[in-house]
Parts: sequence; C-alpha cells; structure tokens
Amino acid sequence: MIKPMRKFSSRLALALLAVAALLAGPAAAQSLNVDIVGGVKTATPIVVVPFAQAGGAPLPTDVADVIRNDFNRSGKFRSLAKSDIVEFPSRGADIKFPTWRLMKQDYITVGRISDAGNGAVRIEYELWDVNKQQSLLAQAFTAPTGDLRGVAHQIADQIYQKITGVRGAFWTRIAYITAVGLGNNTTYSLIVADSDGYNPQVVARSKESLLSPAWSPDGKKIAYVSFESGNSSIYVQDITTGSRQLIAAHPRGINGAPAWSPDGSKLAVALSYVGNLELFSLDVASRHETRLTNNLAIDTEPVWAPDGQSIYFTSDRSGRPQIYQVSAGGGSAERVTFQGQNNADPAVSYDGKQIAMVQGNGNVYRIAVMDRSLGGQVRFLSPGSLDFSPSWAPNASMLLYGATEGPRSVLYAVSADGMVRQRLALADGDVSDPAWGPYRQQ
Amino acid sequence: MNKTVRVALVALLCVGAAACSKKQEVKPQAPAPEPVAQTQAPESDGKYTPADLDTDACLRQRVVYFDFDKTEIKPEFQQIMACHAKYLQDRPSAHIRLEGNTDERGTREYNLGLGERRANAVSSALQANGGSASQLEVISYGKEKPVCREHNEDCWSKNRRAEIVYTAQ
Repeated sequence: MIKPMRKFSSRLALALLAVAALLAGPAAAQSLNVDIVGGVKTATPIVVVPFAQAGGAPLPTDVADVIRNDFNRSGKFRSLAKSDIVEFPSRGADIKFPTWRLMKQDYITVGRISDAGNGAVRIEYELWDVNKQQSLLAQAFTAPTGDLRGVAHQIADQIYQKITGVRGAFWTRIAYITAVGLGNNTTYSLIVADSDGYNPQVVARSKESLLSPAWSPDGKKIAYVSFESGNSSIYVQDITTGSRQLIAAHPRGINGAPAWSPDGSKLAVALSYVGNLELFSLDVASRHETRLTNNLAIDTEPVWAPDGQSIYFTSDRSGRPQIYQVSAGGGSAERVTFQGQNNADPAVSYDGKQIAMVQGNGNVYRIAVMDRSLGGQVRFLSPGSLDFSPSWAPNASMLLYGATEGPRSVLYAVSADGMVRQRLALADGDVSDPAWGPYRQQ
Repeated sequence: MNKTVRVALVALLCVGAAACSKKQEVKPQAPAPEPVAQTQAPESDGKYTPADLDTDACLRQRVVYFDFDKTEIKPEFQQIMACHAKYLQDRPSAHIRLEGNTDERGTREYNLGLGERRANAVSSALQANGGSASQLEVISYGKEKPVCREHNEDCWSKNRRAEIVYTAQ
C-alpha cells in the first residue's frame, strides 16, 4: 500500500501517508520469525496426536502442531515431539494407554477434522488422563479453514484450564511496533498478531515514530503515540474498522504513555503542556482532563491497578526513576520500589499482585518482577542487557518484553517462571513495544 | 652518546609510552564543542546576520551534549549559549526549535521526558543569555532519533544531546 514517495516534499508525503493509514483496512504484515528457546524438565508431559483428517483438501494448518507449540512455550507443559509419536489414535476408544504410560506421558489429546461444507471444517478433540484412563474433555468446533489456528489456540486454552485450573491465554492477540528501513526511510508500523506471533496485521503506518500501544479492555481498540504530525500525539484506533480518533495533541510538549482504565472509560496519559511532564486522567468520551500529579520530576508510564482505584507510574522525583503509586483521583504518591538503581515502565498482573518493570543497574537493564505480597524483593525474568517494555499475558502465565540484540530489537515471550523463552524477530527490521491483549470473546 | 641525545631519546620513549597507555586508558568522553576562535567581528553595527549562521565559528555549533541521566548544561557549552542568544536578540524574527534527545538506556516514555528536560535546559540558558521565550520552542524525541546506533558509551555520548534548529533565520 505504501509506494515510494521520495520525490515528494516530506510534508506532502507525510500528509499522504496519514491519509493512507486512515483508509487502510487490515493488511498482512511481514511475518515474525518464531523460535522457542529452553524447556522445563518439571513441566507436565502431554502428547498431542496429529488430528486425523477425513477427506477434503489438505488443510493450511496442522492443529496439533499449534497446540503443541502453545504448551511448550507456556513452561507448564512439555509436549511429546511429533517425531516421537508412534501411534495415531483419533478418538478415545482407540487409545492404547500402556503405550503412553511407557512413554511417561500424563495426558493425551486426540482429535479429528471433517469437512463441514462451505469452506468450513468440524474439529473434534478429546483430552484423556493416561494413568486414570479417564476422559477429561470432549469438545467440537466448526470454523472456516482460515481460522484453524484460532481453534487450535482455543483447544489449548481449554486443556490448559482443565489441567492447571487457570484460564488459558493462548487465544489472545499481541500488539507491537516494527521499524523497517534506515534513517529517514524508516517505516514504523503498529501490528496486531496472534499471541504466538502468527497472522500479523498492520493497524497503522507512519514515517515517524510510533510507540506505546495499549489495548482497550474489550480488545477492540488500541491507544498509541505517533510522531506523524511532528510532535507526539495520542490516538485511539479501532483495530477492526481502522477508524481512529485524536485523543491528545497539545501543540506544546509531550503527549504520551496512554493506559486504559479497567472499565475502558478513561486513559491515563503523560502530558507536559503544563510546563513539566505530569500524569492526567482523560475521560475518553468527554476528553475532560484530571491532573493526577504535581511535581517537578518526570512523571510518566502510568498503568492502572486492576481494581481501577490507583495508578502505578515511573517518576524520578527521588533522583533516579522509580515506581510510585497514586490514587486514581490524584494526590500524593507513594514510592513502591526501593531495590535497584532505577526502575521504570511498570506492568501489573491481572490480580494486582505482581508488578513487572524494567530494572537498570549500571548499563544492564532487565525485566524484574516484584510480588507485592512478598515485600520489595524482585526476581529477574530476562537476562539483559537492554530489555524493555514488559507486558503480562491476561492470566500472568507469560510475559512479553523487548530485547536488544546487536543492531536489532526483538521480542521475547517468557514463561512466568522464566524457564522458557520464545523469540519473535523480524527478518529485516526492529520489533518493540509489545502489548499483550485481553482475553477474546467467543 | 652525549647528554642532549640521551634526553631526547628518553623524551621519545615517553611519548611512545604515553601514546600506548593513553590508548588503553582513554575514557569515552562526551563530544566537546570545537574550540571557538575569537568570534569574528560581525557586521559593522555589531549585529549578527543570517549569513553568520553558516560562517561564524560559534553559531555553526548547534549541538549541546549531556552527561548520562543529566540535564545540566556543561561549562564548555556556555559560549554557544551566549552566541545563539545574541543572534536571537539581534534577529527578533529568528526562531529556534530545540530538539531534546537521549541515549538508548532507559524506557522510551521516560526518555521522552528526559529529552524534553534537556531541551528545556537549553531554552532556559538561551533566555538567561538574552533570548526571548517567544523565539524558542521545545520538542523531545527521547531515544527515537539516535545519531549513532552502537551499544557503547562512545555512541551513547553522541546521542545525549539537544539540537539547535533554526526554523526562521
């Protein structure tokens, strides 16, 4: 959709690009390369037998493969490699349990796919406990063949919840920013993809920096910061229709760091038109601004506590950046982090208990997690040395972050125990600012 | 070997040793401004003209560098503040955009704040030297527009900067 526009004056090109970004519907984006690194010996062993297909054209997706990868990157499960699978039952009655007991598998998933007409297929699967020889789940889906990955993620979610008791978050989406090209020829894109990095779609494109995407709680909109007008501005864009609203564009100073309130009615933002960078709560419908901080320091990177009563943010009011907490109505702030030279960019888990952040010590920046019920101690989820932008999965089973590798920036999805890491990289560009979206509605 | 020759040899050795050890010890330093030769006498009335932006040794310097996580203007940049402030006084229609930038360490949004603080520090210094607030605007790019992309102090020191951009001369 973007044609080379070198001959135009930059201002004209910018204006045209802005229009193009507005008119563009979802467009396929450059795919991410996906690798899974590490593994956990203590993870629960599970076998996902390739789903049998009864007739019809070959399917674009190997459903069992998608489920296996979901399990492996969760850190909670270790799925038997496809090449080690020796028998191929497709329904419970055909499972020879001694075979799988011998292979030390705790659970087995079998399934079958049949043509449902009109380009759709019917997918049935069963989950069995190998030792008890007991059926745990038996479900069926009907879906277009183009949505088989989505079905596979939903199956993985159901199995994950049945065995761990925790709702699965594989059938979710992530947003991130890509930068492709060098210098003035860089194109920035806001992309939405499946949680495993597949099916990337372009939401917005710009010749100037895009940053800080934030999902609305209903998963329909993304707030983000764009420099396309020259200065920073905050937009909210509907990811299905592509329509977008300009939310904050004070000509003077920074318009940055949007974060949705849990009920979706407000955005916490960082604005500096008042002379210094301060936090505000912006009513999305009326645009009414409520100032939350009043301090000569840099106050930015707000994020709401899940109960909507308070906001965590970064401030350097004590000298170096640290995490603070302020009431959602404003007032005095309380310092939250005391360990580490500096801490910034907080991300709060769904239950409000875990705060992930970027902790910097010397020149090493790593993702640290503080459990609020365990005092100020942190554990590190990433190796460094320039890691950024933590974002929790909606069930806090995994966390996305950005990392710097040589000249490139890439993303990692790491299991909450830090044991398994999935690398998401662009073949010829930078990926940054990951944001894990909310649960999807069926 | 007479004494003079011996002294000269020792001196040569010292030079060699100093050069070697210097290579190992050299600490990356923030880029310093070029030494400013005594500013050439401007036009006969003592006021700057737009042509001086290209020719005057001081006015040609338009980048102010900062220490890590710092926003104070270092003494070596005071002379640059003074000449650009004088230009603003001499040319009331002149206008400057101050672009604040940071190195890649730290988070993107925090660095937007830090870059703005640096640009504000330059704005304050220009005003303290006689520039008018109405001639100055400030924008922060944080770490979005690095001039150097390696992950080392030498590179970082080049990126921690505020650029003086004349939008009207």
